[in-house]
Amino acid sequence: MKYLDEFRDPALAGRLFDEIARITTRPWAIMEVCGGQTHSIIRNGIDQLLPPGIELIHGPGCPVCVTPLEVIDKALAIAARPEVTFCSFGDMLRVPGSSHDLFRVKSQGGDVRVVYSPLDAVRLAQQRPDREVVFFGIGFETTAPANAMAVVQAARLGLRNFSMLVSHVLVPPAISAIMESPRSRVQAFLAAGHVCSVMGTAEYGPLAERYGVPIVVTGFEPLDVLEGIRRAVAQLEAGRAELENAYPRAVELGSKDTVGATTGLYYFFTSLAASSGPPAAGAVMDLLGEPWLFGFSALSFAAAWLCLRQAGKHARRTGREGERGERQKESGEPGAIAAEGI
Amino acid sequence: MCLGIPGKVTEIYEVDGIAMGKIDFDGIVKEVCLAYVPELQVGDYALVHVGFAITQIDEASARETLALFQELDMLAEELRAGEEGATP
Repeated sequence: MKYLDEFRDPALAGRLFDEIARITTRPWAIMEVCGGQTHSIIRNGIDQLLPPGIELIHGPGCPVCVTPLEVIDKALAIAARPEVTFCSFGDMLRVPGSSHDLFRVKSQGGDVRVVYSPLDAVRLAQQRPDREVVFFGIGFETTAPANAMAVVQAARLGLRNFSMLVSHVLVPPAISAIMESPRSRVQAFLAAGHVCSVMGTAEYGPLAERYGVPIVVTGFEPLDVLEGIRRAVAQLEAGRAELENAYPRAVELGSKDTVGATTGLYYFFTSLAASSGPPAAGAVMDLLGEPWLFGFSALSFAAAWLCLRQAGKHARRTGREGERGERQKESGEPGAIAAEGI
Repeated sequence: MCLGIPGKVTEIYEVDGIAMGKIDFDGIVKEVCLAYVPELQVGDYALVHVGFAITQIDEASARETLALFQELDMLAEELRAGEEGATP
């Protein structure tokens, strides 16, 4: 495994690769939706380290790449107008329209500016009332609130020379379109945790159900991606198709530095419970009689409920506080995901 | 524009009625809109996407992710964008 040393935690990565190889009995095609995940997969050679049967299909998760051709042509036409100052995220400048790109417009004298934030475009409109400032509003769910704020702010400032060419896209319809295509070979999805931190995961459950496709929400870091793949394969092998969140409570219970140990503890105790439960139940039946099995089960459930309650409290105390905690819990974003492609 | 980048809030103020602030991304300081995460305080870490703080994160994961971006040469590339547009 020649790339393995490059992982932040090579031992954990090795275990995940081994586990994926162990549970894989058939070829599977999994699509990662997010461009950031694709980057991580290629950079770390994840695709080459997976068992031969597991194919990763790179998804549509880059708003720049999925902007329709006719919108880019509109942008080129608007940007070329002499009264217009055209503002765009830098990534859009090299994206080709039917005949050329925004760089060409700029080199031919068009006033094309690269902005970092949509609010930079609003500020330009404020400073240059003599120019028609047009912002190229592209992006997924994560970028929409930023572009919307630019519109709100322009209205609040009473600007008459600010407008936006809008081409926003959503992730769930993209998943639907892929699944409805007769040529689609995708059998499972890795969804972007970050989009979920803005939108929640509510839209994905029905998609998993309607198309019978597992959807695993995961992060951008190599280990997050691997864990996502492992869970997707586990679902496919078991014939399940559910919405799942990679790196669940185990991460919330420990800090980022102890993810490995906390995850290990989680598996140790779940395996312990699985192996000690049946003998204990059997012993109860032998000693006290069959009906006591029900009492034993009730007691076990009560104990499990108490443990979960304590774990939940602990996670809320250590992991996150206040509103942020509530929002992430609701959205199901794993605490370990600090950033990822959008 | 595809990334969410973690940084440390060093200053909070208001511009034209919306909460703005300065965020330090491992040495590169940028102005960021804080309106969507009003609970942020100076010293907190936030995840920033296209000039907007979108969620608060803890310092440990912020540092780790910044180190990853530095390693992949993605930080400067992502943050350099605004310079031209901000100063017409």
